[in-house]
This record gives sequence, structure tokens and C-alpha cells, in this order.
Amino acid sequence: MKENLYKYILGIADNSLILGQRMGALTGHGPSLETDIACTNISLDLFGQVRSYYQYAAKIAGDGRTEDDIAMLRKEREYVNVLLVEQPDTDFAYTMARQFLFDVYHFMFLTELQKSKDLTLAAIATKSIKEVSYHKRFSSDWIKRLGDGTELSNQKMQNAIDNLWTYTDELFHQTEADKAMVKDGIGVDVTKLKEGYYKQVIEVLEEATLNIPESKYFQKGGKEGIHTEHMGYLLSDLQYMQRAYPNMEW
Amino acid sequence: MVKTEQHIDQVLIPILEQVSDPEIPVLSIMDMGVVRSAIIENNVVKVQITPTYSGCPAMDVIGDDIKTALNKAGYNSKIELILSPAWTTDWITPRGRKALEDYGIAAPLNAEADKEALLGHKKIVKCTNCGSTNTRLVSQFGSTACKAQFQCEDCQEPFDYFKCLK
Repeated sequence: MKENLYKYILGIADNSLILGQRMGALTGHGPSLETDIACTNISLDLFGQVRSYYQYAAKIAGDGRTEDDIAMLRKEREYVNVLLVEQPDTDFAYTMARQFLFDVYHFMFLTELQKSKDLTLAAIATKSIKEVSYHKRFSSDWIKRLGDGTELSNQKMQNAIDNLWTYTDELFHQTEADKAMVKDGIGVDVTKLKEGYYKQVIEVLEEATLNIPESKYFQKGGKEGIHTEHMGYLLSDLQYMQRAYPNMEW
Repeated sequence: MVKTEQHIDQVLIPILEQVSDPEIPVLSIMDMGVVRSAIIENNVVKVQITPTYSGCPAMDVIGDDIKTALNKAGYNSKIELILSPAWTTDWITPRGRKALEDYGIAAPLNAEADKEALLGHKKIVKCTNCGSTNTRLVSQFGSTACKAQFQCEDCQEPFDYFKCLK
């Protein structure tokens, strides 16, 4: 099997799965009906994209595992999503800040992935980017609305951005599999996205009258399977049915 | 490299036109543009469909409905889901757009106008009840992934707007 390609696909897919799980968990808990529906719609888009990735990964693995097995039956250290997407919904400002900080990256990443020599990945990217453009617009809008809102909403959004900022640098780290895939013209060289990413993010933060965090200390580890303490709880929710009733199907 | 035209055997068109989108029953899957090809080979119909949105839960149902409809007409079929080329709202036929409007869903504007409408910059989405463009964006996301919520400021009717996807 193509080991590096398999790992590379999981690196992309796990981000969407875990963020999708976070957003999906807001079903019935959103701050208003409209935002509740928006968050679950975003979740649905991400899960849809994830299915395409995992189906492809299952085909590459070729060991009889299905998309569901890959999504549901790995252990914590086998998930390679970035730390940013597993951070909890401390409040709605956190939810939107997490989404925004990921969406800007996600959009740039998919823009490049469309040019991949791997036609399946390129097709998934072309399909997904249309959806992600809506996510990005939605989350950017909320950054501005809360940042440039009341004193309290500004303070809460500032707090969320300050706390999540530490997880942004990891988006631009490369694993060994990533490097190999870039070399083959399949993967995206994320190190080249970094400058444009911060430029775009800072533009929105400034428009939202928010301060740009000055901290230069960044957390990483997710891409190597070393997660924050929130990940285990998230997985116990995500995997509950498969663990309690092995092999169950809808 | 990328085929954007549809290849559908003439004899299959009336059969496929009877299959409707489970979430928008007035709209046939043909008018929706999700059937990309349908070809009879050795008495088996090979059908390729493409999702509107990646997470569209209707795709499995649409696949089953196509199978059932073709089966009734005496054909066995094989359904394949394809992602490329990616579906766009441009593939909704004029008849489909009219069916949407009659059903109470505003049809998608062009990409530029869509952006203005969804950012709330311009009042251009037409109320499906009274035709006024004095409408307000309620939410960029609606009852399904493909729609946004609007409300008419004149007749107060809430309605869905089918988002442009290009």
C-alpha cells in the first residue's frame, strides 16, 4: 500500500472529522436557531468531505477496512488532526474563532490541493472548496460582528482569539509523509501558505477592532498524534456507538 | 479532460424525469442536474450521479429511487457517485428554476449577486410570495446545506434562497 499517501489523506480528513464532530455537537445547543442550523450545516459539509477522503483512504489501505472503520475505530494517538480543531466550545466566541482560524487555512489549502497530481484528491478539493467558501464567509462575519460589537462581545472574542492563537502555527508544520507527498506533486506545501494566512487573518481581526496576539509561543503535536486533553473526551463521544455495539450499522 | 456535458440515452430521459429530489419533491433530478450520465450497456443501465453538496444526505435516497424507477421500466442498473466535475447551480434547468420558485424557494442568482445578497449588502433576492426585493437575510445557512434563509420585509413571508454554487 502507498503508506505516505494513506497518511497524507488522514492528515487532511481528520481535521474535517474532528471539527465536524465539534460543530455537530452543537445540534440543539446553538445560541440561536439560525446559528445552530449554520453550525450543523457546516458540520454536515465537513462530514460529507470526510466520507470522500476516508473512502479513498480505505481503497489505498486495501486491508478490508471501510470508511467507517477508519473514522471510528482508531485510537487517540492514531488521529493526526491539528490541535486547533479539537479545542472545546468554551463559548460561542471560541466556536467561531476556531472555525475562522481553520476556515482561512482550509480555503487556502484546498485552493492548492485542486492542482494535485492525484486526481481523486483534486476532485474532492474542487468539490469541497465551494462549501468551505461559505464557511469562511460565515465565520469571518461573526469575528467582525462580535469583535466590533459590544464591549462584552469584543472582550469574549479577543479572549478566544488570544487563547486559540497558540494553535495556528501547527497548521504549517509538515510531517515526513507530507514532505514526501509534496515532493511527488500530490501534497500541498503548507509552509508556503503561512505568510498569506496570517495576512488574511490579521486583516479580518483589524476590521473587527481586535488586537493581534503577540505571543510567539506555539503548541504542536496533533499531526504526530499527540493531542490535548480534550481529544479523549471528544473521541469517547464520537466512538461511543461503535465501542458499545461493535460493528453496528444504521 | 473534464467532461461537463451530460450523456443520457434518450429512452431513459422520461424514466429519470420521474425521480424527484427527496428534499425538494417538485424538482426532478434531471432538472436538478445531478444525473451526469445514463447509458444502457448489455441491458444494464450505468448511471452516474453527482452530489449537490458533499454531505448531501439525499444522495443515497436518490440512488435508490433511480434504481427503483429503472427497475419498474425493466432495467437493471448500476449507480456510481462521481465528484468531478463538481456540481454547480448552473446545471439547474430553466424548468427546474421555475419549479423552485413555484415551490417557495428563490432560485440562485449569479455568483457576484449571490455574494452581495448573502453579505446583506444588496436587497436583490426576490420574495417567492409577493415578488418584492425588499427582503432581508436571516441566515446564510438554511434548512438544508444548499439553502439560506430570507424574510420579506413587505409581506413578512419567510422563505428559502437556493445558494449559488459555482
